[in-house]
This record gives sequence, structure tokens and C-alpha cells, in this order.
Amino acid sequence: MTTNVSVNAPVVVPAAHIRVRSFRSDLSAHGEPFNWALGGALAFGIVLIVGFLLLVFWNGISTFYPKPIEVIRTVDGTSVAGSVRRDEVFRLPTAQLADLPPAQQARIRADDGYVKRRLVQIGNYDLYNEDFRWVSEYQIESVSTPPGLYFIERVEWGPFVGRIKQVSLDGRVVAGEALTPQVLDRAHGEARDRWWRLRDLERGDIGTINHHLDEERLALRRLELRFGQGDPRIAEAARPIQERIGKLQAEYKVVADQVTAVRQADIRNTITLTDVNGREKELPLSGVTRFVAANDLGLFGKLGVYFGRWWEFLADEPREANTEGGVMPAIFGTFVMTLLMVIIVAPFGVITALYLREYAKQGRIVSIVRISVNNLAGVPSIVYGVFGLGFFAYLLGGGIDGLFYPERLPNPTFGTGGILWASLTLALLTVPVVIVATEEALAAVPRSMREGSLACGASKWQTIRNIVLPRAMPGIMTGLILAMARGAGEVAPLMLVGVVKLAPELPIDGFFPFIHLERSFMHLGFHIYDVGFQSRNSEAGKPMVFVTTMLLIGLIFVMNIGAIMIRSRLKRRFAGSQF
Amino acid sequence: MAVAEAEVIAAPPVFAATDYHVATSKDGVALDVKDFNLWYGASQALHGVSMPIQKGVVTALIGPSGCGKSTLLRCMNRMNDLIDNLRIQGTMTLDGRDIYAPNIDVIGLRKRMGMVFQKPNPFPMSIAENVVYPLKVDGVTDKALLAETVERSLRGAALWNEVKDRLKESALGLSGGQQQRLCIARAIAGDPEVLLMDEPCSALDPIATAKIEELIDQLRGQYTIVIVTHNMQQASRVSVNTAFMYLGRLIEYGETKRIFTNPVAKRTQDYITGRFG
Ligand SMILES: Nc1ncnc2c1ncn2[C@@H]1O[C@H](COP(=O)(O)OP(=O)(O)OP(=O)(O)O)[C@@H](O)[C@H]1O
Ligand SMILES: [Mg+2]
Repeated sequence: MTTNVSVNAPVVVPAAHIRVRSFRSDLSAHGEPFNWALGGALAFGIVLIVGFLLLVFWNGISTFYPKPIEVIRTVDGTSVAGSVRRDEVFRLPTAQLADLPPAQQARIRADDGYVKRRLVQIGNYDLYNEDFRWVSEYQIESVSTPPGLYFIERVEWGPFVGRIKQVSLDGRVVAGEALTPQVLDRAHGEARDRWWRLRDLERGDIGTINHHLDEERLALRRLELRFGQGDPRIAEAARPIQERIGKLQAEYKVVADQVTAVRQADIRNTITLTDVNGREKELPLSGVTRFVAANDLGLFGKLGVYFGRWWEFLADEPREANTEGGVMPAIFGTFVMTLLMVIIVAPFGVITALYLREYAKQGRIVSIVRISVNNLAGVPSIVYGVFGLGFFAYLLGGGIDGLFYPERLPNPTFGTGGILWASLTLALLTVPVVIVATEEALAAVPRSMREGSLACGASKWQTIRNIVLPRAMPGIMTGLILAMARGAGEVAPLMLVGVVKLAPELPIDGFFPFIHLERSFMHLGFHIYDVGFQSRNSEAGKPMVFVTTMLLIGLIFVMNIGAIMIRSRLKRRFAGSQF
Repeated sequence: MAVAEAEVIAAPPVFAATDYHVATSKDGVALDVKDFNLWYGASQALHGVSMPIQKGVVTALIGPSGCGKSTLLRCMNRMNDLIDNLRIQGTMTLDGRDIYAPNIDVIGLRKRMGMVFQKPNPFPMSIAENVVYPLKVDGVTDKALLAETVERSLRGAALWNEVKDRLKESALGLSGGQQQRLCIARAIAGDPEVLLMDEPCSALDPIATAKIEELIDQLRGQYTIVIVTHNMQQASRVSVNTAFMYLGRLIEYGETKRIFTNPVAKRTQDYITGRFG
């Protein structure tokens, strides 16, 4: 045991302890199979996501591109005109098959009873009571795409497919053949200007007058509530109000006269259309939103139509049960609601997490709270909707109405669904995400940093504010981004707490106090559901579903990019090489 | 010889009391540690440490790794409050006032004591903001005063020339050694009475180390400095008194000159001559 082993002497090791060191490395050492598994999983995920996005984007992007109008002559002598939506193969029921001429029967039988058919968007709902028609191949005699056909988008009844027979401009009748595009464009432009002017008058001027009238009426009601019904003092106090009402009504008359004048000018400008079967339809020129000479347009003309439709979609209000027009109120509603939700959820979640992680004594109770918070993330979102409706809208909102808006009762102000309650409900839904992310971020702040701050004589709160929170900020932002994405895509609870099919007023407008948190609003997610599954005809809504989905994804993407940019700026500020 | 060694470790250091030539008068003592015990959960890290630290001089704490130097140092500004399951026994006073009294203002206490940690811990802020952090928590907003403090402290920590053009940049972009000097600058920026330094030079090159030692030289008299070091030369260069710790016990404490030339305990002699540790 005491043999002196000098450094230079050869070291003798018993043979049993010698292990032949291998200098080869096997597959498992490189971890290649693991890499392949990881890569495969990633590839699979990407394929699914990219496939989904491609589907949505391709359909969304191509929707507004004008398609040619085909005129299909059928064997029974009528014509069908419209753009072809899609083809499919179906099995002809035997009863129908038996009615066909023997030659055709034989041909179809040879195909096992399968027949090709195509879906044609024929428009002209007011003439035929359908927008789309299936045409089977055996019914087709000939197909052509003749010039001079128009796909006419209208304010009412959906599109019209046909030709222009004549326009009547202030009594001057111009036949369709004699109509130059310049004349049509000018007349149509003027008619549309009148239409917008009418809308401005009705929405803007009359809307403002009505708003003020409403306020005066509420002031009267307040007087009644204050003095009690039938009190003689009411008449005295109401005099200035009555005067103002009188003035407003006079103003109303002036505007109403203007409206009548514009209307009269409008109905003197009409257009008469004929469809391929010779049926006619006369309508005011201002009722047409766009003429698309589908078969005559060149590439630039088509692109013009394409971008025109996009602009209308983004900037306009919906028409025709949301299947036409734009989605501007829905974009706006989604954006405002999500922003509001983030504004609510951020302080709420961060403060909760701060208390849980930094102040609360870590023990059983905190563990229970933490587990409960995590479990909250698994509660079905519709349950939150029910809670939001019951607690926020009915209980809180009802209370607010009783206290602050008694004059409007029984009409609810806050006591029904609205954008504030929707944001609060979503904030509740997403707060677990924020809490968990914030807690993780706080826990990741190294103890040495806190110690450094405390050693400088900082209090606990100063340490948290100056050191811990800034350092945890990127992590907190990640939580907020996740919450935002989740919240913006949520629909089910919103249907209970304030989202509507069509909201006439935006939650932000020019009337005091400018932000109207009690108003119901439109939402892109709900819009998808509504257009796709609740509208008169789902075929018309289908392309809108894709476009709206694309828009919603785009909106969430933009908001996320914004948040991520903020986060990376924070990260650059607060992180660096440690050594 | 083996018997003597065992005695020293087992019993409270008998020689320590006699060797306290450093602490004869009461007002000469800044920090007074008396019979101090500390447990991390069930394991005891400090065993009956008694050690009066003289005011205005540099005291070095030496000893092998894991002997409890950092633990003792961190008790002095109650940094160990953050650790769960920590239990202490005994007293520790600063200018006669009990550091562990229930009614003590811990924040005020820490403001009187600057601390440099074993590992650099700059804050995620700019270099200048790091330095003036102690002033910032005091609510100082006077720009001129802040700027002056930044320069004075950074010069003191031998960092000024390297960072004077990038004061607004993040402190996390500095090298490890620069970060450590930044932490030293931060510790002296608040003008503390006591400076606790836990191996301040372990990450520094010889030039920076010499500068830090120079700084310690300048600060002596004005500040009470406790410095933990593994570098015997450094201890003998900068300190007036030296304490040698071993396995949570204070083995020997006395004038540095005497400890390094004529240690009483065998352990001390072995350690300073590099025979173990
Ligand atoms: N937070 C802690 N929890 C439990 N045990 C701890 C903790 N901190 C330190 N210890 C233990 O206390 C003993 C003393 O540790 P301390 O850090 O004081 O040693 P040291 O003398 O500073 O060593 P070094 O020179 O390596 O820094 C060690 O055994 C260590 O394992
Ligand atoms: Mg240490």
C-alpha cells in the first residue's frame, strides 16, 4: 500500500481493469436515427400545415378573379348562362335514367350509371329563385362563351347574368348595342354617387339627428325618473328639451327633403337587363355595384375587377346576408376585441403570476392554485361563454344599467352581450396561458440577479420592477402572443356574449364617448360560421368562407408579427452573451 | 500532532479568544460575529464562528473550497434570507446593533454594506444604469451626480477606460472579467461602510487584479472590507487580519503577518503552505 509511485515510473494496472478503448463511433452515438425521427415529425407537421394553408390561400386568392360566362344550350331548348363553379361525377337515380332516350341510356349504363355534371352560378335569383344550377352532361347540347355578356353585381338579389337591353337616363333611352362603355361608366358613376349620397344622408345626417333625438328623449325620461311621473315640475324642466326636439325635427325635415330629391333623381335612371332566355328585369342604375363584361375583358380589365372586388371586400359592409359586400366591420371588431382582450389579460395574468411566484408562500395552497389555473385552460370555451353571459352581461351589466342607465330600461345597455364582455370573457379564457408563461419566465430569472439587486439595497418590489420583470418580459410576451392567437381564433363563447351577424354600428365612432364598449360587434370567426353554415345558400357563401378564413389568419399573423417584433426588441435589450 | 489537529476541529478554537488582539476596544469593531451557527436544512455549514471584524481595515477570509466562507459572508448582509430551510443561531452585530433582530430594517442594513458576488451578476440594463443602481433605488435623479458616480466608480474598478465610450450599451455584452469589475463598481457606487467581496478577482487577469488590489488599498481606512480569496499572496498583500476557516469552523484568526509567518494551528500552516486545500 505504501509503495511510492513516482511520476516517471511505469504504472502497473491489474489486467482486469483494462478496457480496450474503442475509437469507432456507432450510429447511436451520432444520434442519426433520432435526427431522422425528429425531421420526419417536423416534415409531417409542416406538410399538414402547409397543405391547409395552401388550400385556404388558393381558394381565397382565386375567389375574386372574374371567371368567363358560359352559355350552355340544353337539349330541351333552354339556355343556362353563368360561370362554372366545379364539376363532379354522380350516379344518376334509376328513375331519371329510365326517362332518357335509349341511346343516352345505353351510354350512361356503359359508364356504370355515372354521369358528369357541373355547377353553374346562374345568378338571377329574382327570376329563377336559385343562384346555382346543376347541369348534367347528357343535357348539354352546346357550350359557348359569347361576347357581350355581363356578370352584374347588384345591391339586391345577388348577381345578374345577362345582357344590357337598354338604359334610361333621365328619360333618354339608349339601347344596349348603342351603349359605349364611356357612357355606361359615366352614368353608372353618377348613379353610384347618388347611392352613396343617399347612404351618407341616411346614415350620417339622419343618424346623427336620431342620435341627438334619442338623447333628448332619454333626458325627458330622466326627468320623469327624478320627479316621478306626472309631477308638475317636469313640464317646466322639459321646456328646453322640447325646444331642442322641435329644432331637431325641423332639421330632420330638411334632410328628409334632400333624401326625397336624390331618390327622385335616382329612379329616373334605370337599366333594363335581359337574361339568355329573354327574361327582362328593370332596376335603378344605382342598384348595380359592378359591371363585369366577363367574356370581353383582357388581363388588365380582369385584374382591375379583381382588385376592385378585394377593395370592396376589405373596406365595405356586408350585404345580402353577408354573402356579398365586404367584411370591414368584422375585421374591425376582431381587431378591437383582441386588442381589448390583450389589454385586459396582460396586467391580470402578470399580476397573478407575480403574486404566485414572488410573494405567495410556496406550499400546498399555492400548488393547488397553480394546478387549478392549469386545469382552467382545459375548460371548454363555450362554458366560458355561458359564464360571461351570466356573470358579466346579466349580473354586472344589469347592475351597471340599473345604476347608470336607468332611463334606458327596459332596453339593456351593458346588460346584454357587448364587446367589453366578450373581451373580458376571452381574457378569462386566456389568462391561464399568460399566468403559466409568466410564472415560467419569472422562475427563469437567475437568483444571482435578484441577490445583486437586493445587495444594492433595493426592496423586493424595486427588485421585481427593475430586474425581474424586464428580464422576464420576453417570456411574458410569448405568453401574451399565445393568448392573443388563441383569443382571436375563438368563436364559440363569443356567440353568447356579443358577436352578431350584422352590427349596424362600430364599437368606435364619432359620437361621445367615441368608444362604445357596450355595443355588439362582428367577428371574422363568427362571420365564417355564419356565411358558411347559416346563409340562404351555402354555395354562394363558400368562397367567402375561404376568403374570410384567409383574412382571419392574415390578421392574427399580422398581430403576432407585431408582438414578436416587440419581443425581439426586448430580448436584444435584456439578453446578451453571459461570458 | 494528529491529536492536536483533532482537538482544534472538534472544540471551539481555544486560541481564537487569546488571539483577538485585533478587537480589544468595543468601538474598534465594526461587525461582531458571536458563536454563530448555520444550518442548510439538516446539514450544518457554520459551527460556532466567533469573529470580531475590525473597523476600517481589510479582513481576509481564507480556507478550502466549501468551508463556509461565502456562507458566512452572505450572512453579514442577510443575503441568506432568500434561501428556504435556512436556520441560524448566535448573534451578529453591526456597530453594536443586532443584524438579525426582528425589527431591523434589512434594506437599510444592506445599503450600508456593498457586496461583490463570487459570480458576476450584472443586471440586464446599460453599463451606466448598472453602476448607479444603488443610487437609483434611493431615488437619486440628479444627472450630474449620477454621471460623476458612474465615472468615479468605474475608475475605481479599473473599468472606465474600457467602457467609457459604451456606457449606454447593455452590460450583458461585457466579458466575464469586465462584468466582475462592473459589479465591483456597482458595489462601491453606493458608498457603503462595509464592503463584502466574495473572490472578486477570481475571473480577472493579473493587471485587473492589481488594479482591484490598488482600489482596496485606497479604500482602506475609509471602509471596512471583508474579502474572501483563494489567493494567499493576495490575502497577505491586501489584508490586515486574516481568518482561516475549515469545514465550517473558524480555525485561526489574527494579524495577517502573524498568520502567514507563524500560524498556531497545524491546519493553517498546512493550508497556507499549500500542503492541502
Ligand atoms: N444554498 C445552499 N443549500 C445547501 N447547502 C449549501 C448552500 N450553499 C452552500 N451550501 C453548502 O454549505 C457549505 C459551504 O458553502 P460555501 O458556499 O459557503 O463555501 P465556500 O467556502 O464559499 O466555498 P468556495 O471557496 O468554493 O466558494 C458547502 O458544503 C455547501 O455545499
Ligand atoms: Mg464561495
